[in-house]
Amino acid sequence: MDLISALFSDYTLRTVALGTALLGLVSGALGSFAVLRRQSLIGDAISHAALPGIGLAFLITGSKFPLILMVGAALTGWMATAAVMTITTNSRIKYDSALGLALSVFFGLGLVILTFIQKLPNAQQAGLDAFLFGQAASLIVRDVETMAGLGCLVLLMVLLLWKEFKLLAFDPEFARTLFLPVKVLDLVLTTLLVIAIVIGLQTVGVVLMSAMIVAPAAAARQWTNRLGIMVLLSMSIGAVAGVSGALMSTGALSLPTGPTIVLCATLIVVISMMVAPARGLVWRKLRRWARHRQLRQEAVLLDLFAMASQHEDLFHPHNEAVIAIMHSRQASVRKPLRALAERGWVISDSLAMWSLTQGGVEECQRLMREMSA
Amino acid sequence: MTNFQFEIQLTAAVVAATCALPGTFLVLRQMAMMSDAISHAILPGIVVAFFLTGNLSSPLLIVGGAATGILTVALVETIRSTQLVREDAAIGLVFPALFSIGVILIAQFASDVHLDVDAVLLGELAFVPFDRLVVGGADLGPQGLYSTGAVGLLSAAFIALFYKELKLATFDAALCATLGFMPAVLHYALMGLVSVTAVVAFDAVGSILVIALIVGPPAAAHLLTDRLDRMIGISVVLGILAAVAGYWVAHALDASIAGSMAVVIGLEFGCAFAFAPHRGLVASWRRRKQQRWEFAQKMLAIHLFQHEGRPEAVRECRVDHLQDHLQWESTFAGRLILLSVAQGIMQQKGDYLHLTDAGRELAREAIVA
Repeated sequence: MDLISALFSDYTLRTVALGTALLGLVSGALGSFAVLRRQSLIGDAISHAALPGIGLAFLITGSKFPLILMVGAALTGWMATAAVMTITTNSRIKYDSALGLALSVFFGLGLVILTFIQKLPNAQQAGLDAFLFGQAASLIVRDVETMAGLGCLVLLMVLLLWKEFKLLAFDPEFARTLFLPVKVLDLVLTTLLVIAIVIGLQTVGVVLMSAMIVAPAAAARQWTNRLGIMVLLSMSIGAVAGVSGALMSTGALSLPTGPTIVLCATLIVVISMMVAPARGLVWRKLRRWARHRQLRQEAVLLDLFAMASQHEDLFHPHNEAVIAIMHSRQASVRKPLRALAERGWVISDSLAMWSLTQGGVEECQRLMREMSA
Repeated sequence: MTNFQFEIQLTAAVVAATCALPGTFLVLRQMAMMSDAISHAILPGIVVAFFLTGNLSSPLLIVGGAATGILTVALVETIRSTQLVREDAAIGLVFPALFSIGVILIAQFASDVHLDVDAVLLGELAFVPFDRLVVGGADLGPQGLYSTGAVGLLSAAFIALFYKELKLATFDAALCATLGFMPAVLHYALMGLVSVTAVVAFDAVGSILVIALIVGPPAAAHLLTDRLDRMIGISVVLGILAAVAGYWVAHALDASIAGSMAVVIGLEFGCAFAFAPHRGLVASWRRRKQQRWEFAQKMLAIHLFQHEGRPEAVRECRVDHLQDHLQWESTFAGRLILLSVAQGIMQQKGDYLHLTDAGRELAREAIVA
């Protein structure tokens, strides 16, 4: 509660929360497209590849102005995706290897540049290594303004090209037959993803930024089959994860920001995968149990019918033990019998002898008709 | 070169060779990004093992790291099998979460000891020689050299023992399964190997550049050969080369050794990508160009062959007619004629072209084919 009241009174905290919310909104929106297009891991490559760009931008301009560092980061991040595309289209090297290669080589280059900067005599590089894991506490109004500007631009582009991106995500072949410039659209979408990632680097860091692309989108996907709702949900989940993670990390616990935000997002994913209606694992399990129970009940009912058919009287009672032997599996038949009795299809007398009722006979006939149909 | 420098390079070379061995199979099985996942996800295992032992060079760290590596693979497999998300998203969900747990554990409980996140992420080869293996008072060299060396030998032994099986599982998993070789077991064994490799290597090169060493040299080697045994050999050589060259680049720039190694690996791959004998960009460009000439030559030979000895030959077999009929530019046509005459396919008499016997044969073959 203290945290939430502080959110409205504490100036620094408000700035930080605003920044992380923005980051969640933008990465949630673009992440939806990345996840749907099976490019979840491209975010990993882009964010790692941003490191040399940050270093180079600082080395060339000597400035730590956020926009300049972001431009550098975006340039090398974009180059990494271009490298991945060039490698996969022009050689037998597969997507996964190209991705791993681009990611680690660009990161290595970034490391060389950063260590090189550190050893320069007049380097004031402090703050640059915050890009590794992110530092929400270091966010100032100037950073948030830059993030907001870029973020609005990215979201506006998504809105403008909504139809095209939707087609690209679900049926690029069809888009090609409509004479849409698929390659250009792909390029634009990738560029927007790069910008979305660059926005989050200072807060979450290069190592974990990829999770902010994947997690909100993967969580949102569980709740809906509609793209529009998925994107909006993903944005909200990203924002919630961002703000709650940032609050926890700046509060009394003082946890590292990036990892805390990522764990919040992961928690939302786990909950979504468990309880989302229709797709949730909990419901899936419950449905399976219910089906299993019903099948067993039907089997017991038909067993009873088969045994009773041996007698002149279809309502001839049978002992539970006999029914159990007839029921091929080892499991007890008492539960299914009780459930059948509740539905009025069987009835037991005082000696624990079970017999069919008129309704039970009709149900058996219905089942057999269904089976033969 | 001082003893110190030699030890760093030797360790780097051993790490590179050790990574290249399982890396070859990851690249071929299209699971390169699992190295990314595993190398990040081993962090919590290492941290917990470190809390238990209080010692960064305890063998328990390797056990802990390897266990989390296997856990990662199992988790990715579990999430994928629910079919709620695809495999790439499953990987992208699992490893950042595990890595985050590791980072938070360190920040909360280990901030005052020698285990900081930068070291795990980036590694520092220059510190490797400070951690000595001393047995009975005798200094045997840097500890990191022995631990990676041991894992390298383990990898080599595993690959040598199960070479046939690995080859089969890599290139035809279905056949492997029907023959009863249990590709799933081999898969987990390989992943265990990658985990152990990542644990011993993180100390030296950090968890991200391990990926460069695991994926880079095998990817380059994949462009250079079509044989599995040669691919393994070339990967190891490229890895060692990158280790030594990377050290000297770092030395010159006074920058991170591991980072320089990754950059050199990038250059190696770039060279293979551009100049590989059969699969490189240059080779395929030249092949395309040569095919263009050969195709044009056949076209010309067929054209002359069809009209040879017929009344229209006066018109059709003139040099300047080619521009109209085959829509070739005159420079292209001129060069093609020079080439064909030099190869003895046709003769030029004034403005007219005549096929030689070799040229007629070429045209006949082209028509039949």
